[in-house]
Amino acid sequence: MIEVKDLYKGFEGQEVLKGIDYVFERGKTNLIIGQSGSGKSVFLKCMLGLFKPDRGTIAYDGKPFSSFSDEEQRELRKEIGMLFQGGALFDSMNVEENVMFPLRMFTKQRRKEMLSRVHEVLERVNLEGTGKKMPSEISGGMQKRVAIARAIVNKPKYLFCDEPNSGLDPKTATVIDNLIQDLTHENDITTVLITHDMNSVLEIGERIAFLKDGVLAWKGTKHEIFKTKDEAVTDFVYSSDLFQKVRDAQQQGQ
Amino acid sequence: MTYLHSIGEYFLMLKGVFGRMTKTSVLRNLILKEINDLIMGSMGIVAFLSFFIGAVVAIQTALNLNNPLIPKTLVAYAARQSVILEFSPTFISIIMAGKVGSYITSSIGSMRVTEQIDALEVMGINSKNYLIFPKIIAMLTYPFVIAISMFLGMSGAYTAAVLGGFVTSDQFITGLQEDFTPFHLTYAFIKTFMFAFILATVPAYHGYYMKGGALEVGEAATTSFVWTSVVLIVTNYIVTQLLLS
Ligand SMILES: Nc1ncnc2c1ncn2[C@@H]1O[C@H](COP(=O)(O)OP(=O)(O)OP(=O)(O)O)[C@@H](O)[C@H]1O
Ligand SMILES: [Mg+2]
Repeated sequence: MIEVKDLYKGFEGQEVLKGIDYVFERGKTNLIIGQSGSGKSVFLKCMLGLFKPDRGTIAYDGKPFSSFSDEEQRELRKEIGMLFQGGALFDSMNVEENVMFPLRMFTKQRRKEMLSRVHEVLERVNLEGTGKKMPSEISGGMQKRVAIARAIVNKPKYLFCDEPNSGLDPKTATVIDNLIQDLTHENDITTVLITHDMNSVLEIGERIAFLKDGVLAWKGTKHEIFKTKDEAVTDFVYSSDLFQKVRDAQQQGQ
Repeated sequence: MTYLHSIGEYFLMLKGVFGRMTKTSVLRNLILKEINDLIMGSMGIVAFLSFFIGAVVAIQTALNLNNPLIPKTLVAYAARQSVILEFSPTFISIIMAGKVGSYITSSIGSMRVTEQIDALEVMGINSKNYLIFPKIIAMLTYPFVIAISMFLGMSGAYTAAVLGGFVTSDQFITGLQEDFTPFHLTYAFIKTFMFAFILATVPAYHGYYMKGGALEVGEAATTSFVWTSVVLIVTNYIVTQLLLS
């Protein structure tokens, strides 16, 4: 569980996050949606401690991040898996070494054990057989999946994903969405997932936070998002064709 | 004001570099890789430049010795002094600021813009130590490069002076040993160590703290070359003033 209270963050005169209160629950997929530039990535980076909030607290399972000692922070970080929007694979390492990296850093496993775990996760993201390729030799969507594999390889307790399925075809995107949801339930992970993809919202939107201009404009579930009268949300959500069709179908069914 | 800020930031970076260490087994591989990339990769160009510049220094000196009162041994003496004191340590370091320096800036800089550094930090890895420390250690072998450069510079001078018929082999060897001050070598290697540290850290600073995208990586590499050269030359001046005068 991650509790965010009264979070503010700005850059050189531009306020990006303006007072956010929210709780990300454990064992659930917590989605953050919102327009491009609304501050979703900044929000995520504040939670990860990559940006220092101007005000407010972020507590991991009840303990404020700012009160962690260096050592505690490092212990916490071993339990965090993060997928960056651009993948952020290490381009001096091949796919296998990239995925193995957290294991090499944080575990005392033998190479053979690590390799078998690496191949296990590569299989889960449908990338068997690409282990020896360099990141520059695989497609953008494949890089994204390698990055997901790296984020989950060390069985994190907290999983952060910044647009896991942008750049993926609908079928692979669904596979990835389901993978993230399954892992979340299996391992009781606190998953925070940013998405633009309305398909994902429908699939795995167990809890949804809608961010608009740096404030939390709406929160709810994938069932509630169809019923809400909140104009900001409907405005954003129904710009997607898919959503309109689903709603129309639902209304006809009733 | 911004300069002061940068200097402060540079020293804070150094503090971070020598802060919490990366896992030893990982660090060892990184160091070996850096020795390969930074040192081995530069041997060819350094050898080539050293040999020919040594040769040119010898020819220039020989051509300017028209006065019969000045002994021929001066050719080797002059070549030795210029190669050991300035050419190998300083000139080669400026070349390295272009080669190794821009490589360091652009490799760290592109990791910054593609969030690879953030990825390290999220995992709780001290990214300054992980990225910069191995480069500093690899550069500790830089004095080897300079020693080889000195040797090849003198070989070039010998080849040009003797084969060019300016002096005899004996005159060259005598000149080489004339008035030799061992402290000059000490001085040369003291500054080489300092240059090695500068060559690793100033470009690393420019890469680590860069902002922007791919275009800015190129700009950062250029700026880094300029500043590394400036710092090298100023350090050279100060060290020479302190040690030789
Ligand atoms: N490092 C930074 N320095 C200055 N401003 C920044 C920085 N990072 C983000 N911003 C600003 O914060 C605002 C929100 O950016 P953010 O990346 O969070 O958007 P986003 O919601 O993730 O958008 P997208 O869906 O396109 O990824 C933008 O206006 C951006 O210019
Ligand atoms: Mg974003």
